[in-house]
Amino acid sequence: MDRIPILKMGPFLLVTIQIDLYDRLALDLEEDLVRMVEKTSAKGVLIDISAVTIVDSFMGRILGNIASMSRLLDAQTVVVGMQPAVAITLVELGLPLNGVSTALDVEKGMALLQSKMIFDEEEEQEEDDTAAN
Amino acid sequence: MTLPLTKDILVVSREQDVVLLRNRVKEHAVKIKMGLVNQTKLLTAASELVRNMLRYGNGGKAIIEVVSSGRINGIRLTFEDQGPGIADIDNAMTDGYSTGKSLGLGLPGTKRLVSEFNIKSKLGEGTTVTIIKWANG
Repeated sequence: MDRIPILKMGPFLLVTIQIDLYDRLALDLEEDLVRMVEKTSAKGVLIDISAVTIVDSFMGRILGNIASMSRLLDAQTVVVGMQPAVAITLVELGLPLNGVSTALDVEKGMALLQSKMIFDEEEEQEEDDTAAN
Repeated sequence: MTLPLTKDILVVSREQDVVLLRNRVKEHAVKIKMGLVNQTKLLTAASELVRNMLRYGNGGKAIIEVVSSGRINGIRLTFEDQGPGIADIDNAMTDGYSTGKSLGLGLPGTKRLVSEFNIKSKLGEGTTVTIIKWANG
């Protein structure tokens, strides 16, 4: 059976979607990713969709789900590499993917995840400081 | 006057057929030199409709045609199922309405993506959706 590989890179998980997904594959990815976030205590998930030519409402919902589920497990999700035609289509379809962070490419996505992680740590630090006072 | 030039029929019965259909539609769209954004819109619309057909109509038949109206060419897609039909088409065409578990963007969203959209449904007999995307529209 087909599976989308999930790579671990330090505190982050990296997924590159190279083929157009059909439903089962997308649902499996959603489940695998959430399990992996838990298992590896990942702080971020980076999904590269630069090779994906179609994001329909189903696929859009999966991306949104992954982001929400990961957030509940204390991980941030960034979707990178969306093709311009896909962005145009998603907005016209009425699915602007609110709540999903995006970046133009993998490099910028990684930088965004890093900065989110640092921001989180600082916030926690501040909370600890206020609690201590 | 819209004239059909070629006709391709595909039976859709399982999830994997969605990808097959998208590829077939793409081939035709490339052949009539449809731009990338319009291709993406058409393929996304096709994806939504074929998914509806699988979910609510237990699969059905998809017809892909290259059509011509005057000097412009386009792709016409027809999706026919023998499912339960849609009780209230006006509601089904409203954003956010769904009897299933989806977001309810399928039909109204699809309509926004294509040049022409037509839906016919009869309770107990099935639903037929026809869309046209012109190469330049």
